[in-house]
Amino acid sequence: MSMQEQSLDAAGAPAIEIVQVHKAFGSLHVLKGVSLTVMPGTVTAILGPSGSGKSTLLRMINQLETRTGGEIFIEGELVGYKPLGNGGLRLLDDKEVAAQRSKIGMVFQRFNLFPHMTAVENVMEAPVHVGGVAKREAREQALNELDRVGLADRANYYPAQLSGGQQQRVAIARALAMHPSIMLFDEPTSALDPELVGEVLAVMRQVAKEGITMVVVTHEMGFAREVADQVVFMDQGVVVEHGGSDIIDHPQTERFGAFLKSVL
Amino acid sequence: MPRSDSDGGLDIPNRISARPVRKPGPYIAAVVVVVVALMLLHGMVTNPNFDWPTVWMYLFNENVLSGIGWTLQLTVYAMVLATVLAVILAMMRKSANPVLRGVSWFFIWFFRGTPVYTQLVFWGLLAVLVPRMALGIPFGPEFWSIDTKTLISAGTAAVLGLGLNEAAYLSEIVRAGIEAVDTGQSEAAAALGMRRSLIMRRIVLPQAMRIIVPPTGNETIGMLKTTSLVLAVPFSLELQFATNAIANRIYKPIPLLLVACIWYLVITTVLMMLQSRLEHHFGKGFDARAMGSKGKQPPLPGKTSGEPKDAVDKVNQATMVGLNA
Repeated sequence: MSMQEQSLDAAGAPAIEIVQVHKAFGSLHVLKGVSLTVMPGTVTAILGPSGSGKSTLLRMINQLETRTGGEIFIEGELVGYKPLGNGGLRLLDDKEVAAQRSKIGMVFQRFNLFPHMTAVENVMEAPVHVGGVAKREAREQALNELDRVGLADRANYYPAQLSGGQQQRVAIARALAMHPSIMLFDEPTSALDPELVGEVLAVMRQVAKEGITMVVVTHEMGFAREVADQVVFMDQGVVVEHGGSDIIDHPQTERFGAFLKSVL
Repeated sequence: MPRSDSDGGLDIPNRISARPVRKPGPYIAAVVVVVVALMLLHGMVTNPNFDWPTVWMYLFNENVLSGIGWTLQLTVYAMVLATVLAVILAMMRKSANPVLRGVSWFFIWFFRGTPVYTQLVFWGLLAVLVPRMALGIPFGPEFWSIDTKTLISAGTAAVLGLGLNEAAYLSEIVRAGIEAVDTGQSEAAAALGMRRSLIMRRIVLPQAMRIIVPPTGNETIGMLKTTSLVLAVPFSLELQFATNAIANRIYKPIPLLLVACIWYLVITTVLMMLQSRLEHHFGKGFDARAMGSKGKQPPLPGKTSGEPKDAVDKVNQATMVGLNA
């Protein structure tokens, strides 16, 4: 699909369009031609065993990983490169990459909160220093974001003073503070104690309800079944199975069936 | 030592109360150390060669005080120059550009690889080596030129010599600090749309400072005493030179050495206190307590406000106060 076709049909345009993407680390072929379309306001769950390339795919969407081949479009705009008039490509510069990323929020497995800042300072950081919002206004908005994830009373705590679940909720608030149209979640509950998983999933459900496009790499089958509009099963660098959330209960391929048996 | 488990006012009916194991070793060692220390002190006070009246007479001598001023200035200017250069060198060392990496490597190799005394001699001879400096198009015409002797005084040469040498050491400290910050921090910042320079300034360096400050404090205290080498330039106003000059004049080297020692120790103590405050500042968030606002913060979930770490901190503070007294 070309850029021109996409911009003609803005209403029905996908939020994310991944076309035949390859990734190689040296001679290690991690992604072998993955294609995926994510429509605006939908939730996509990516499932698969470790080493299947699902995190790599997610990280490519906001350029934490470069791609070796293929195309990714965010709202019709090519990710990572600028098409030149002669049909060639040029790498984006630091500023252009940052601009593309600021539309996409990301939540990490290990939270990656800034440890030298309090919860509210973590949430304010990007609006103030990237968005140019005045500090007072940003603090007010940050407190609202923390309230959304149920942590208004923890605003002045440092990350080290918060539980894993609370840290991850602050991380979600921090990503939401830039008002992204797309949110990426990279195994957001995998580093949490079992009793803390629920509070993070509850916040994610709420984000989904607000109509933000979500792509979630997860091992939480219950969450995928309940919230996902689209489920993708990856193994060994390819999409093996792909469909609605019903495929979790009725896998069409043997490999997905075997994977589900091993995790449930 | 009795443990303070009894604190907290909790009702624990079967609270354990046990005597500590008695060992004679520590008591014997303490007595030996105290006796030796008292002997040393007694010797220092009563030995006429130390000549305490002379020490006292010259402790606040005008030349000595001005020497302290120069020593402090040299230390501060050299460390500021070194810190700025060190950050630039560390960034160059991590740059994608092989030319910048190479220049940084060469700078560190050269300035760490030759004695600081030799470097100071060279800076002193600069006006002889390069009599005139000029601005202009490289290999082309000059717009402006100046006598090297006017541009670089002995003081400037001393600061340049000390600062450039120190920068080589500091840049390795800065690099180690930057590398110690988890890559997830940069990734999270990048995902928020922050650009590389902003990530370095707002996210990486503040966290690296926690690792950079203690060895830099060490280097600063080292620099304080390295300034005594600037007589190689020759620069002859700092503390060591000033006390030495008086000693030569009155033929009493020992009491003037003591004067210098006393002042170096006083300044070192002040520097140590500054370092401890800096560590406090850049450590915020890392020891799970809000620093600088003790008591304002509610206790951690599931914890009381009297954490064991608090006690350790108080011991450190007490030590600092003791040093100061």
